[in-house]
Formats: sequence, C-alpha cells, structure tokens
Amino acid sequence: MSAPALEARGLVRRFGGLIATDNVSFSVEPGARQALIGPNGAGKTTLINLLTGVVRPSAGSVFLEGEDVTALSPSRRVRRGLSRTFQINQLFPDLSPAESLGLAISERNGSGGDFWRVAGGKANIVAEVEELLGRFGLEDAMDQPTRTLAYGKQRLLEIALGLASRPRVLLLDEPAAGVPEEERRDILAALAALPAEVAILLIEHDMDLVFNFAKRISVLVAGRLLCEGEPAAIAADERVRAVYLGEDARG
Amino acid sequence: MSAPARSENSVRLAAHLRRRARWRWPEILFWLAILAAIFAVPSRAALINEILIAGLFALSLDLILGLTGVVSLGHAAFFGLGAYAAAILSSEGIADPTLGLVVSSLIAAALGLATAPLLLRGADLTRLMVTMGIALMLGELANRNSWLTGGADGLNIAMAPVLGMFPIGFTGQRNAALYSFVVLFLLFALARRLARSPFGLSLLAIRENRLRAGALGVSTSRRIIAIYALAAGYAGAAGALLAQTTQIVSLDLFDFHRSADVLLMLIIGGAGYLYGGIIGAAIFIVLRDVISSATPEYWEFWIGALLVVLVLVGRERFGERARQLLDRLKRPAAWEEAA
Amino acid sequence: MLTILLDGIAYGMLLFVLSCGLSVTLGLMNFINLAHGAFAMVGGYVTALLMNRAGVPFLVTLPLAFFVSAALGVVLERTLYRRLYGASPLDQVLFTIGLVLMAMPIANYFLGDQAQQVHLPTWLSGRIEFHGVGIGIYRLFIIGVCGAIAATLQVFLVKTRFGARLRAAVDDSRVASGLGINVDLLFAITFAVGSGLAGLGGALAADVVGGIDPSFPLKFMVPFLIVVTIGGSNGILGALVGSLLLGVLDVAGKYYAPSIGAFIIYFVMVVTLILRPQGLFARTDAR
Repeated sequence: MSAPALEARGLVRRFGGLIATDNVSFSVEPGARQALIGPNGAGKTTLINLLTGVVRPSAGSVFLEGEDVTALSPSRRVRRGLSRTFQINQLFPDLSPAESLGLAISERNGSGGDFWRVAGGKANIVAEVEELLGRFGLEDAMDQPTRTLAYGKQRLLEIALGLASRPRVLLLDEPAAGVPEEERRDILAALAALPAEVAILLIEHDMDLVFNFAKRISVLVAGRLLCEGEPAAIAADERVRAVYLGEDARG
Repeated sequence: MSAPARSENSVRLAAHLRRRARWRWPEILFWLAILAAIFAVPSRAALINEILIAGLFALSLDLILGLTGVVSLGHAAFFGLGAYAAAILSSEGIADPTLGLVVSSLIAAALGLATAPLLLRGADLTRLMVTMGIALMLGELANRNSWLTGGADGLNIAMAPVLGMFPIGFTGQRNAALYSFVVLFLLFALARRLARSPFGLSLLAIRENRLRAGALGVSTSRRIIAIYALAAGYAGAAGALLAQTTQIVSLDLFDFHRSADVLLMLIIGGAGYLYGGIIGAAIFIVLRDVISSATPEYWEFWIGALLVVLVLVGRERFGERARQLLDRLKRPAAWEEAA
Repeated sequence: MLTILLDGIAYGMLLFVLSCGLSVTLGLMNFINLAHGAFAMVGGYVTALLMNRAGVPFLVTLPLAFFVSAALGVVLERTLYRRLYGASPLDQVLFTIGLVLMAMPIANYFLGDQAQQVHLPTWLSGRIEFHGVGIGIYRLFIIGVCGAIAATLQVFLVKTRFGARLRAAVDDSRVASGLGINVDLLFAITFAVGSGLAGLGGALAADVVGGIDPSFPLKFMVPFLIVVTIGGSNGILGALVGSLLLGVLDVAGKYYAPSIGAFIIYFVMVVTLILRPQGLFARTDAR
C-alpha cells in the first residue's frame, strides 16, 4: 500500500479570531484526478496555500509522498515535486513563454543557479520547452513577452509552468477562471492531456469542468471538509445541494 | 508537412533563446569608440575617467535594480567604502593599485553580503529607507572616525604604477582612464555573461514576479543576497578606482546626493540592459558640465525637470523603445527574412 | 540636563509639525513625498520676507505661512501629484526628488542663496529662570504652539465627521469611496493641510536652524523621513512619538556623545525597519 501522493492531517489555520481551515484531513492518491469544490469563502485558497507552504498552519501537518514537509518552504516543496498554478495568473510579464518555461525546467534540473553558462544552451532543456509549447498550443507566441498574450493563452502558460517542474503532485487553482467561452475548450483539452502519473488536485467553480475531469471530489465548506466521494455520489448528496442552493437563494 | 514546420519552430526557439548571447557589432563598436576617445582626446582623459567610474557605479546599481528589481537609495555606501578602503590601504603602504582594487572590492562586497538579508522582507519603501539609513550610518562613522578616514581633510593617496608599468598619478591621466576602462570592461563582460546565464534569467524572474519565481523552485533569498553582494563589490571597485585615479577621497562620497545621482544616471540611461548605466553616466556628466558652464547654479533645476518629465511620461516607455531599437539591431538576418 | 531635555522636546515638536503632513500623506495615500521640505521652505520664506521687507509682525506671518504653503500644496496636488498616486515607490521617489531639485534653484534664483533670517520679537527672545534653570522663551512658545496643534489635530481626527471619513479612507480607500466618501477631495484637503503645516513648521523653525536658505528641503529630508519611519504613519500619536524621540535623541546625542552623533538616530531607524518592516508603512496586508 503506497503512501498517498499528497496528504493533509488535521490542518488548522487561524487568522486572529477567524478559523479559515478547520481540522482538514484528506489525501490525494498517486495519479489521482481529484477536485476540491465549495462555495465562495470556503477557504479553498487558504488550503492550497497551506499545502504549498505559502502559509504556515496553526496546527496539523502536510505529507508529500509519505514525507512530512510541513516545515519546508514553498521552493523546497517544489523541488520535492509539489507544484501549483494560481487563480490569478502569476506570470513573468516581460519574459517570453519560452524563457519562462526554460527557467522552470532549469530550476527543476538544478542548473538554475548556473551563472557562467549561457541560458538556452542545453539541448535537452530546449527540447523540453518545445514539447511543452507544442502541448499547450503556445508555439505562435513563444518569443513574445507574456504580457502581450491573450488571456486564454496566458492561462495555458500558467498551467504549462506548473507542469514544467515535472511535479508528482499538481494543484490547479481555478484554471478556467476568467477564460472566455471560446477558449475554455483549450483549457479542458490541456487538462485532459496531463500526464497520467501526476496526481492532480483541481479547484474549480465550473461544475462542467469538475464533473468532466474528476474521478473523486472533496467538498469544503466554511473551512471544514464536508464530504468526499465519487462525482455521482457528490452530485446526489443532499448536504452539498443545500450548501450550493442555499448560496443561490441568498445570492 | 508537419516535420518541416516543427523544425521551423525549433529554429525560431533556438534563435530566440540565444538572441542576446553573442556580442553584436553595435556593442563592439561602443567599446572601441570609448577606447578611441581615450587616445584621440587625451586632454579630456580626466573627464572620460570620471564617466567610466560613474558608469561602473551605475552598472553596479543596474545589477540589483535593473536585473533583480531591488530598489536602493543608499548604494553610495559601497562606493564610499571601496574608495576609503583603497585610500587607507595606500596610506598603509600597499601601493599596488590592482591589489588595492581587489581588496577594496571584497570589503565592499562583504558589507553587501552582511546587509542584504535586511532587504528581503518588507516592501519597496522599506528597502529605500533601510538602504538610505545604512549609507547615512556609514557616512557618520566615517565622519566621526577621522583618525582612520582623515575626516573632513581626507587622506593622502599615492599609488604605484599599475602592473608595475603604467603610472596613474597626476601626470598619468590617460593611463588612469585606460586603467578604469579595462576594469570597467572586464567587470561589464562578467556581468553580461551573468545576465545571460540561467542565474541571470532567474533574477529577471524575481524582478517580474517574486512569488512565482519561488513557486517554481527558485531560492529567491539566496539569489538576491548573492547579486546584492556582487553589486556591492562592483560599486566598491568603482570607489576604489576613484580614490586611486584622482587621489582624493572625501566624506561626501557617502552622501544621499551620491546615491540619488547614480540612481538618476541609471534611470536616464535605462535600467535592465546593462549599458544604461554607462550611457546615463555619460549623459549626466556631460550635461552637467555643459549646463554648469552656462548657468552653474541651475543645472540641478534641469536635471530635476528631466526627472519629472521622465517619470510623468513613463520610464518604461523609454526603456521599451530603447529595447525595441536594440532588438532590431540584434535580430539575426535569417530570422528576419522568415518572419 | 533639563535644558537639553526641553531643547530636545522643542526640536521634536517642531519636527512633528513639519513632518506630520508627510506622515499622513504616506499613511493615507501611500505616497512618498520627498519634496515635503520644499513646502516648509516656502513657509519659512513667507515669514522671513514679510517680516524683513514688509515689517509684518511675527505672529501675523504664521497663519500666512500656513495658507501660502497650503495653497501651493493644492495647486501642485491637483496638477502633478495626483497623476502618481498609483505609481511605484521608486517612481514616486524619483518624481519628488525631481521636484525638490527644481524647487531649490528656483528659490535661489528669486531670493539668492544667503539665509533669510527671522528676527524674533523681543517678547519671544530671551530666557526665563525656573528653579535655577534657564529656559528659552521661544522654546516654550514652540512647545506650546506645536502642542496645541497636535491636540487640535487629534481631536479633529477623532471627534469630527471629517476625521472619521479620513480614518476610513486611510484604512481602505476603495471601501471608503464605495461608501460615498469623496476620497479625491479628502486627499486634496489632507495634502493641503499637510503642506500648510509644513509651511508653518518652516516659519517656526527659521530661528532655530539659523535662517531659511534654498538648501533647506534637502537638509531636512532625512530627518523627516526618519520621523516617519520611526513614528510610523498610524496617525498623530505615532508621528508625535517619533518626532519627540528623534528630537531628544538628536539634541542629547550631540551634547553627550558627539563622537557618535547622528549615528544613533540612523541606527534606530534601521533597527526599527528591520523589526517592523511591514508594520510601519503597509496599512493593510493588501500589498
């Protein structure tokens, strides 16, 4: 019985008097296609920040492939194989997609700190950049500054960057957020084409995307894990419906 | 038809990634022109020397501000430290310029290494104030310890000939300019290599989006500390050159004025592509000389006005246009035809 | 000993009046105005010129110094400053340094580089004896006036509706404008008052610093910044504490430990920033 790819045990996070994450325990199996859903303000982004190390937990621990990484900084966790994308694009405006991807791959390789070699000289890195560009349909814009790209393309680059570190676990924070209808299909296709061995945890509001993609769904409400299970079961669950319908009634 | 298309992409990718690696002819011309000027106009050797030293100082600021996005209002701390270190070394009998230069650089770099961790947390405003504070502290220390620094009177500096062959005293102004030129060129070439390296790329990434750089595995703190120490060393080298070639050190080297001036020079020339410091220094110093001879008290006004206009119009726009121009000069002809 | 303390307090109070405008601008608009000293210089010049060339009594020049500086503040804010409210700190620094560099030669051109002296009226000069200790009357005057200003500002901020709106806008300007508060007008008025106070401070300081000359803005830029750094931008109290601390440390330091001198102050500032890099300037965590 191999260890889960990613595991949270009793994670708690308080901000002053507010409990953003309330004793959350769950796990993501290797190669999983799992989604995390919940109403606005449920604490999904805080949970992601806890898992990636951007925020320290008030209590509890995070395990990556069986190893306790709770004390590790974000960049150390990345090097251990945990990668994430951001809900709001966190890209490098003046760098091109090619350069951004090259950077990510170099860092993963451990050659990111080389100060004498000329960047772009290593054939294997360049080949990998090319492959990623192709996979996400970014060849046309490969040498343009990222800020000149259309939003949908930027979103794809956001995902590509997450993948460039060849993670064992990839956390996708609302990859379809803000993407216009026409370009959503590209996102869907990119998600479907993600490597099978990478464990993926998807946070999303778009239910079509979630039910198309996920084999397992976790529901987070008010910082607490409400329930987990297969998509069909979750869709039929009364409590989940109450949470979402309740929100609709209010909103 | 897909195979040729892929190789076209490969060519484009390779060309794009390596586009700034080789030295392009405008760059070579640039350096040759400076060298030529030193020989062609020996009567202006002192002025050229001043520009080269200021250019090195501004280049050192470009390493942290232009490449990495770290703001500083106190870079003169390292400049002054390097100058005084060189001066004190010489007054202690170590008259060999190159040895003095190296040691002074290292001392300045050590201070950079020590103070860099202070800049990691906090916002830009904090960094501006901390760097300014450190420069002021150093200035005060230099002021109060006149047994070491000569106080307001300064120190007596006598240098041996460079490499035992080229005297750089009062009568050796052309040699002094050459000495500064060689030092600047070597340090520039090193910086250029560094900027083109993966390390340099990661610095740009830190500048563009420090959060994401960290999320990709870049150890941002270590890289920032490393480049800050290097930049401090470069600034120290510039200070040492000043002390050695002009035989003068004064307490005003630590002044806020100096930190502000070098920042101006870099902004005028454009930050982020390494040549901006030297170009800005040349413009600044030449302008100052020209305007000062016309209206001595008011050149400050015109620099102030230039600054205000630059900021209102947008620094980025100047930098953008300059970069576009440079890119057009550098793009290999083959790709241009294919485009 | 007491004399030094009082001197330090007086200097501190002066710094407070001079710097509180900068403090509020920084706290309210996150705007670094290195040209703040220029407004102080204007106020100082108004007083000096009115007294020396028009024979206007000292006390009458004080409110005039305030209003002229405030008016200048309004004009500059509407035309230039407001374009840079969202700009990066570096841009703000460069811009305001540019303004200072322009302001000083202008003063030099119109008024020459000799320091304009302010000659205090006889009833303000001299000292009084208090339990065997000599205290300068002008020092007491400064402490009194500046103290009154500080108290007024504090009451104003806490008790009036304008003050409440100002505090709301400082806390979160987006929410405040969503609540119908005219943040724009607020900024303009605050900037005007801050500049006016700087002018008043300049007028009061003229005698203490030996006259007003064109280099005033640059000479005092560093002390202003230090006050704002140490005291923070969390309202009047912080600025007051910072100013008093700086004033006393500076005067005492120069007297008791001249070999260290200003080093202590810079050191305190750097240490403060190291210990509380966020707390002093970032109003919320939204950076």
